[in-house]
Amino acid sequence: MPGTYIPSDYLPVLITFLLAAAIGMGALVVGILLRPRRPYAQKLTPYESGNPPVGEPRYRFSVKFYIVAMLFVVFDVEAVFLYPWAVAYDKLGIFGFVEMMLFIFILLIGYVYVWKKGAFEWE
Amino acid sequence: MDMSSGFSLLSIRPIVPELTMICTALILLLLDLIVKKKEVVAVVGIAGTLVALYGTLRLYGFSEPLTVFSDMFVLDGYSNFFRLIFYLNVILTICISLRYMVIEKASFGEYYALLIFATTGMMIMASASDLIVLYLGLELMALSTYILAGMMRKQPRSNEAALKYFFLGAFSSAFFLYGISLTYGLTGTTNLKDIAASLQTLNITGNPMVLLGLIFMIVAFGFKIALAPFHMWAPDVYEGAPTSVTAFMSVGPKAAGFAVLGRVLFSAFGAMQIQWDSILIPLAVITMATGSIIALAQTNIKRMLAYSSIAHAGYMLLGIIAGTPGGLASTANYLMIYAIMNIGAFAVVIMLRREGFQGENLDDYMGLAKSHPVASALMLVFMFALTGIPPTAGFIGKFYVFMEVIDAGYTYLAVIAVVFSVISAFFYLRVVMYMYMRDPREEVALATSPSMNFALAVTAVMILVIGVFPSVLLDLVKFSIPGLL
Repeated sequence: MPGTYIPSDYLPVLITFLLAAAIGMGALVVGILLRPRRPYAQKLTPYESGNPPVGEPRYRFSVKFYIVAMLFVVFDVEAVFLYPWAVAYDKLGIFGFVEMMLFIFILLIGYVYVWKKGAFEWE
Repeated sequence: MDMSSGFSLLSIRPIVPELTMICTALILLLLDLIVKKKEVVAVVGIAGTLVALYGTLRLYGFSEPLTVFSDMFVLDGYSNFFRLIFYLNVILTICISLRYMVIEKASFGEYYALLIFATTGMMIMASASDLIVLYLGLELMALSTYILAGMMRKQPRSNEAALKYFFLGAFSSAFFLYGISLTYGLTGTTNLKDIAASLQTLNITGNPMVLLGLIFMIVAFGFKIALAPFHMWAPDVYEGAPTSVTAFMSVGPKAAGFAVLGRVLFSAFGAMQIQWDSILIPLAVITMATGSIIALAQTNIKRMLAYSSIAHAGYMLLGIIAGTPGGLASTANYLMIYAIMNIGAFAVVIMLRREGFQGENLDDYMGLAKSHPVASALMLVFMFALTGIPPTAGFIGKFYVFMEVIDAGYTYLAVIAVVFSVISAFFYLRVVMYMYMRDPREEVALATSPSMNFALAVTAVMILVIGVFPSVLLDLVKFSIPGLL
């Protein structure tokens, strides 16, 4: 019947959600109740990865950061694909192995390319 | 899908050309690190493409379409024919860009690798029988062409072109993904054949949400093939990008866009032809009008050719609107001819560019016939072909499309197209008039090279041969695309 479907299979997920929310909130509430309060200006400013939180929003920064970010993405994506492959390795067999080696090989070519192009040298 | 036992080397046979192209591109990237001379990189790129072409020719002519990867990728005559356009496009582009990229001080080895990567994306698009694979090919093509458009990284114009193309391209990708998600939500599949089956069994061809999904996809493809009103990016990007890249992307992405438009419409939404015809007919008319009329006002030849390519997209669309096997074949035929004549015209534009001289204005062509009769005669052939004057191939392309659209009962569309063809004759023949009937203002030296001469000879000869013996191409098209997809 339409409209009466209750996804009871997902009840554990709902409980996990609630539990996660309770733990997160609980930690904050307990912290407020227990910790000593000695505020000063430096402490109250938002934390922005070590940068001054107030200033010109459009200041320029080195393009090298983007290269580092792209390299990170390459290896991150590689790792993301390696995990499911490793988990399902016995089911995929030689097909999966060859496929994965090709994937890593192509990334390796990219790695050699950026290395030779000097992407790892900051200056 | 049984992955452990279903795999054999024979089963990946249909994608051997793609694999060849990807290997070529990777080799080019590594070769560029070792070899100083960019000509070597270019020659290896051409050689790799020729190997892929050999693979395609070996795979040509199977009566049954070959499918691979759980029916996500299909190799049939249709995709094979489009591959021929893509190979021709990339080989000629490499030929015309060798000297030009040195003059523009943008001679990088990556340039050739990106051309090959973009071509691989187009090949995947032409063969995709699943919307996700289609998107994969589209992005591979699009991301490569964004970078190619900005290849002259010291020139603001080129940067602007790349940025505009990227932003608007990202929008169109978003439209496409939205269309996929709507279609998937209603039919439960992304496979084109299964979508067609679902539309029938669920009887939802009249559902407005299905139509909305289809409209989103048409918008995305319309962007790639520069249909008005999604053409706004084309003139700026075509003008700012390196001219060789303009030649490449006025042909390749357009052909790939038409390939996927044809396949998605006929293969998945064949039952909704009345609906998508009512969308495409106004688009075709607006496109022909916008391209032909705005081109009249252009003084920059690259912008003029950009609007010309918009107008040509309108003519090509007529074959799809006809909705018959012949109509589909006529669009593919037009694309092949358009590829040849457009690259030829851009080759002449490139020749005028030399150190310290842009050579993009119409005035630069004044009196060219006196100092360079051969180059002018070639430009004359290309302009006649783009206008559609016999005995050039351009006439054959237009004639076939108009014939099919009249056969399908849209006589008024053919009449409109002929009217706009006549209007477009003005700006094509104006170039010829400038070359032959005006006095030269200054001495113009041409930047020729052996590879450029080769590309010019090939395009001019092909235009005339196809124009005089059209059966050479028409037989191939009819053999490749015998029916609807």
